Amino acid sequence: MGSNWLQFVASGVTSGAIYALVALGFSIIYNASGAINFAQGEFVMIGGMSAVMLLALGLPLLVALPLAVLVAVIVALLVEKLAIEPARHAGTVTLIIITIGVAMFLRGLAQLLWGKGVHRLPAFSSEQPIEWLGATILPQSLWVMGGAALAVVALSWFYGRTLLGKAMRATSHNRIAAQLVGINTRGVLLASFGLAAGLGALGGVLIAPIAFTSYDSGIMLGLKGFAAAMLGGLGSFTGAVLGGLVLGLLEGLGAGFVSSAYKDAIAFVVILAVLFLMPGGLLGGRGSERV
Amino acid sequence: MDAAANVSETRSAAEPRWWARPRGGGLLLLAAVIALLPLVLANNYFYEVAILVALNATVCVGLNLLIGYAGQISLGHAGFFALGGYGSAILATRYALPPWLSLPLACAAVALLALLIGRPTLRLKGHTLAMATLGLGIIVSIVINTEDGLTGGPDGMAVPPLVLFGWTVAGERSWYWITGAVLLVTVWLAFNLIESPSGRALRALHGSEVAAQTLGIDNGRTKLQVFVLSALVAAVAGALMAHYAGFITPAKASFMHSVELVIMVVFGGMASVFGAVVGAAVLTMLPQALTVLKDYEMMVFGGVLIATMVFFPQGVVPTLAQWWTRRQT
Repeated sequence: MGSNWLQFVASGVTSGAIYALVALGFSIIYNASGAINFAQGEFVMIGGMSAVMLLALGLPLLVALPLAVLVAVIVALLVEKLAIEPARHAGTVTLIIITIGVAMFLRGLAQLLWGKGVHRLPAFSSEQPIEWLGATILPQSLWVMGGAALAVVALSWFYGRTLLGKAMRATSHNRIAAQLVGINTRGVLLASFGLAAGLGALGGVLIAPIAFTSYDSGIMLGLKGFAAAMLGGLGSFTGAVLGGLVLGLLEGLGAGFVSSAYKDAIAFVVILAVLFLMPGGLLGGRGSERV
Repeated sequence: MDAAANVSETRSAAEPRWWARPRGGGLLLLAAVIALLPLVLANNYFYEVAILVALNATVCVGLNLLIGYAGQISLGHAGFFALGGYGSAILATRYALPPWLSLPLACAAVALLALLIGRPTLRLKGHTLAMATLGLGIIVSIVINTEDGLTGGPDGMAVPPLVLFGWTVAGERSWYWITGAVLLVTVWLAFNLIESPSGRALRALHGSEVAAQTLGIDNGRTKLQVFVLSALVAAVAGALMAHYAGFITPAKASFMHSVELVIMVVFGGMASVFGAVVGAAVLTMLPQALTVLKDYEMMVFGGVLIATMVFFPQGVVPTLAQWWTRRQT
């Protein structure tokens, strides 16, 4: 029983760490544009698939992984320039539909480049499971948790200490005020897309040895990331991390103790219950509405 | 007295004649298109596409009342669509009800469900509402995939044909007229609703919920009514689709199907009844036309969607209509 608990918690935290990275991407772009980027899952997929491709080209793991993240960032910057920027004066719903179009385009491109097959990245270190207090944990899980934790620390440093990070925070609070003090808010939107894609692609690279990757693996990861961001409170970074971990744990424990077929349903029922009671999410502001 | 006469005169000058209004001439045009289309439908395949267009357009006209007029997004309407289809199929096969009875029963049940879940859901706003409806849709999809004793699971289930007054509805032609008539009636009802006090309440709500409330509109009730109505329309279309195809799979309940429906509404133009029809028609036919591109299909579809929304941010029909009126003056 005790070891079961630990097993389910470990698998929950592993997927929760990935959801947290994707959720952070949702919150970053929401803060910069007020829109939901439904192509966020595709950046995760591009990270994983590019890593597989670069390794197949014979590059060492240490070079292929950062390059894969870079590929996703470049794609995101192009997306922002070509699809989001020209429509920045359109309403939020129009922007959301554009990101759905982007997601379909990228999914179609991935299918064309890499086929419909399922690809697997080799584990970063040993494939030998580690026995710990009766639970078996894949070393890759530790890479996932460590990598995600490191990314979160780096992100909080970026937002707290760098000029660009502060400019991005200022823009999310009040765009017009930010413009008045000389912040280039269009540049902030571009940087937000790059940052969100980088985080998502990092998640995609980290999880690819465990969950595999295919041209359509971004759909479900994107949905989960959105759910995690909403659960924690859209726009809040601590909320995104918390929401990701809670969602992962709900799935892990739900699959272990209730039913693996209904693990996603359990997670969504809990999210709905939370949103009905706290519409702003766990850490979201009570938010008074502007009239 | 003179002033009053003046007012009525200016109003009649400002308002277009009945045939130039969407509810008059537009409805007549739609009826004419439906009536004359069989002249160019060369074979059963074209009929099939036309039926698909009619059913999708029906769902979108209903969904547009919710999204375009009331300003409430739903990312879960595929759930209602699939529940209509599965409900009627399950009642007909597992409980041996005749389809003419199972269809309305299933749709009524879906409307009841929408009424129950709509109450807490519609208190949410914006992205939270999108998340909640998305979650509801996904829960429906998971239940349909998992309860294979009832639904056949991921493989789907066979649906018996519709029998009306001893007449078995079969063949593309019969279904074309039925789905065409359903679309026409739905469009007509939508116009009636929009031009009624309830429709004005909806638009007021979209403009500002607080202002609507100060004018004595019961926001919660109005939103709930249109939510249930749009769910009911989706369920009817879903049930018709299931009986027409003779088969239903969980793909009908998928998140992607919900997204497709919203895309059709926004593509054609929010708060435009004919926008919903045009959006459904274009985006139903586009994938059929793109199948010749095989591997490039999804890329081109995504590209078309991006380009349309960049150049027609309000949707195709409202942007073209504005362009037309500007040219007139």
